[in-house]
Amino acid sequence: MPRLPSPGEALDKVRETEVWKSVFRPGSIFRKGYKDTQRDRALATMNNVLYHLHPVKIKRHGLKLTYTFCLGGLSFFLFVLLTVTGIYLMFFYRPAATLGGAQAYNDMLTIRSGVYFGDLVRNIHRWAAHLMVLSVTLHMARVFYTGAYKPPREFNWVVGVILLFLTLGLSFTGYLLPWDQLSIWAVTVGTNLAGYSPLIANQARFILLGGLEVGPETLLRWYVLHVLALPFVLVLFLSVHFWRIRKDGGISGPM
Amino acid sequence: MATREETPLDQEVYDGTLAAELAKGTDRRVAEGRARAAAVRAYRKVHGEPEREAKPPASREAAPAAPPAEGNGGGAPAAVPAAAAAAVAYAPPPAAAVRTAPPPTGRAPSPKVGAPDKHRLLALVAPEGIQRVEREQGDRINVFPHLLMEEFIALLVITVFVTIFSTFVNAPLRELANPNLTPNPSKAPWYFLGLQELLRYFHPMIAGVIIPTLILVGLTAIPYVDRNPSTRPGDRKLVITLFTMLFMFGATLTIIGSFFRGPGFNWVWPWSQGLFFDL
Repeated sequence: MPRLPSPGEALDKVRETEVWKSVFRPGSIFRKGYKDTQRDRALATMNNVLYHLHPVKIKRHGLKLTYTFCLGGLSFFLFVLLTVTGIYLMFFYRPAATLGGAQAYNDMLTIRSGVYFGDLVRNIHRWAAHLMVLSVTLHMARVFYTGAYKPPREFNWVVGVILLFLTLGLSFTGYLLPWDQLSIWAVTVGTNLAGYSPLIANQARFILLGGLEVGPETLLRWYVLHVLALPFVLVLFLSVHFWRIRKDGGISGPM
Repeated sequence: MATREETPLDQEVYDGTLAAELAKGTDRRVAEGRARAAAVRAYRKVHGEPEREAKPPASREAAPAAPPAEGNGGGAPAAVPAAAAAAVAYAPPPAAAVRTAPPPTGRAPSPKVGAPDKHRLLALVAPEGIQRVEREQGDRINVFPHLLMEEFIALLVITVFVTIFSTFVNAPLRELANPNLTPNPSKAPWYFLGLQELLRYFHPMIAGVIIPTLILVGLTAIPYVDRNPSTRPGDRKLVITLFTMLFMFGATLTIIGSFFRGPGFNWVWPWSQGLFFDL
């Protein structure tokens, strides 16, 4: 009987197969023969989807934590975390609140008590959302204080302002979804602010709420905005934001 | 420079070729050139290659890259040395202030002994036509693994923090929404509480519309208004002061609206009357 290969040998065999090599491009750390050399480090970035985000090399000062405080990156991580937890919550939530019943609120109760990790995932979603508003705001402050909005980065600052307001919009639309006393009254107060705008006041508010006041139509409308429309727009602007960072010469500074 | 007189040639061949060319009706200048070329070739055929070291050293130094052209197969004989000189040492008009290429350093290659004594001109490039790209290479590091490792650690830290926090602190969920029962106080989400606080002091038109619009437009316009190119904090005292004031103004209003406003949105002290704040 032939000797069985050891796990190490078996892994080497697998890594020599065409399938494995087709998945991991040259320079991947999962490919056989990766060496910790300048060349393979460069290839690891260049032959990777990450090359759309990062160049092969960056200025050394870009590593300095007290320059960026990682705030832009953290905002993006939080967005990813919110997307993942949000998708999980979507399996158990229906944005329905007709006058007789309150499907949405009942689903919230089910998520808290009857869904595996439902309570934890909902908590993560909620706290990460607040954290994201905070980190995006602080990111803006950091960019201001380091003067990173100066030429050639002016337009990326504008994109950043749009992203900040999209983040606020995502947070605010999500605030209504639990359909409890806290959410509908916070949204009522918040949208009353918009109701003071001149000329289009009532029309704007009517379109936003799908009615004269916060009701079941508002819930459905804001749900669609929250899970589909706003994230879609946000990802578009996010792509431009990241792309411009590289096109404008990478991270700014040092001061 | 090699001149006509220095070049040995076969006079008999020269005269014969010149007569033949002139008889064909060729222009005299061209005919002379062809005759001369034929004569040189004939001379070399008889005497072998001329000794290069016998050439005057001055001409070698003046044109190191291009040995003197010796009637290489036609062309006006007088014009050839001039063209060779132009190809080697392009002298821009003195009026234009341009960079000239530095003289070659190190060992310039010398032609092989016995190689045909001619050159080809590939292109003439004026120094102004060459764009020098001067990019600071700077102190650069590989993104992999240095930056990616840092980002990965940041991702782990934030994930762990949010997960642990969420394990112990529940997100609020109050009773079912009831449009007929207004809670007291009714507060907007925390990031709008600064605006809600402003509503206490200003007409809704100002606090709810004009100020938010100004903030939005003002933030967008910052890079186009602040044209100071310096990023050093010492050079930017005014803008930093203005921005810090605005930021602190917003933060203070938000904190007051969050923690110091109770029933009826009236002032409370959070340590004695309790918190009226939900995230």
